[in-house]
Amino acid sequence: MTDTSNPGAVVKSHPMLDAPIINRVPPLVVARNLTKYYGSIKAVDGVDVIAYPGEILGIVGESGSGKSTVLRLLNLEEPANGGVYHLQINSLANTNLFDLDRFDKRDVRVHHIGIVYQNPHLGLRMRYSASGNVAERLLITGERTFGTLRSKSNASLQASEFPIDRVDDPPSVLSGGMQQRVQLAKAIALQPELLLLDEPTTGLDVSIQATVLDTLKRIQRLRTITMILVSHDLGVIRTLADRVMVMRNGRVVEQGLTDQILEDPQDPYTQQLVHAKL
Amino acid sequence: MPLLAVNDYSKIFEIHHLGRQIPVFQHLTFDLMAGQFLLVSGPNGIGKSTLLRCLFRSYLPSSGQAIFDSSYGPIDLARASDIDILTLRNEEIGFVTQFLRPRPRVSALELVAEPLLGSGIDEAEAFQQARDLLSNFGLKRELWDAYPTTFSGGEQQKVNLSRALVAPRRLLLLDEPTASLDIATRESLANRLGELKDQGVAMIGVFHHPEDVQHLIDDQVELAPIAVHANGVPGD
Repeated sequence: MTDTSNPGAVVKSHPMLDAPIINRVPPLVVARNLTKYYGSIKAVDGVDVIAYPGEILGIVGESGSGKSTVLRLLNLEEPANGGVYHLQINSLANTNLFDLDRFDKRDVRVHHIGIVYQNPHLGLRMRYSASGNVAERLLITGERTFGTLRSKSNASLQASEFPIDRVDDPPSVLSGGMQQRVQLAKAIALQPELLLLDEPTTGLDVSIQATVLDTLKRIQRLRTITMILVSHDLGVIRTLADRVMVMRNGRVVEQGLTDQILEDPQDPYTQQLVHAKL
Repeated sequence: MPLLAVNDYSKIFEIHHLGRQIPVFQHLTFDLMAGQFLLVSGPNGIGKSTLLRCLFRSYLPSSGQAIFDSSYGPIDLARASDIDILTLRNEEIGFVTQFLRPRPRVSALELVAEPLLGSGIDEAEAFQQARDLLSNFGLKRELWDAYPTTFSGGEQQKVNLSRALVAPRRLLLLDEPTASLDIATRESLANRLGELKDQGVAMIGVFHHPEDVQHLIDDQVELAPIAVHANGVPGD
């Protein structure tokens, strides 16, 4: 029997896989040994995240597994207690992003990273218009011409498949699915290389959820943007993710191709997680 | 060099909560040349589909090699990194089942064109090829822009086959694609597979009724039951 507990491997479930030989494009995201404590609790305990340009990497796990914390670290929202984080972008390739001061971190966030939160209140001003929410993102970069702001915002809303006749409505009067589309439009307005998605469709009706997932898929195809998707919903992960990492207690227990993780999980915990699905 | 060289290939499922190992196939060795059609045979439940899924890496094989002569050079599908497998799935290795996963508000045409769009082909060209294939499999024209979530089983299968066969592949894994097809669709599929084979596409297939594709079969690999000792450990 194959020994699946090889202690020398970074991720124990794949002791036997080779390094990439076909793909010569380096990963966009290389984060190693991510560590985050809250008091005495190790929320993230030595996690590696590698994501290649244009792929969708899923992170699954139960509540408290540390998956959303990983996303916040990658968004440079809060300081890490340890680890290094590189984005393979010309001007940044040799920089550990965790070492930047808060102004430079903000700059990286604005230009290279977009994020969509589960809770739209975290990502939107509920009383500005949809278009205004997106324009705010463009203003940060110094764009001041009203016509340009408006046309760029609307283009981004259109890419998010937001109905163009509602761009003047504020998120407070929009449905949950529409609010997520505004968040998405805002996140991709500056054409970031990396899009982080934290439970983007959780709480939406199943049919609305499916259309938002389709929009994400289309955006990924048209813009070759790299996405990291956190979700507890295995159906969402199956629909969207190319590869998936399974987290538990702040650690990665297994990672692999999405269909392989869902159909032939190797780790005892993943086997239970997959089979617990209704 | 064969397109695929499978050597001493085994799959054992390990079910942790039962503390059990379930051997499926062991020490399989066979070659497949470009343009060759290999039938996987053996009784029901013996693991024919499991073999295909291991080659596609939906399952992780337990040991052995499957050296694929990709356009990038030889690569062992049993050990290749996940990201390399994704590239091969996008460009060189296709998997054809009898099941479609329709998505709400995605039209039949769009579903079929998607594998081409993903590989960067021009949109007009992709949709033209999708139309050709749908018409080849006999899906009524008025359904092309409709959503397959509402289609009958037979109509969904036509979409499914079109989607699975639209993009050029060097190796196709066929997991009972003819099951529950009507006669006309079965014939279109056999014709299409014949065309692809003539173009040099290699195929490994599991068929409930191999007579559907009898004229295409060049060789077969037979899966035999594995002796299991009383303690659940496979013997040889």
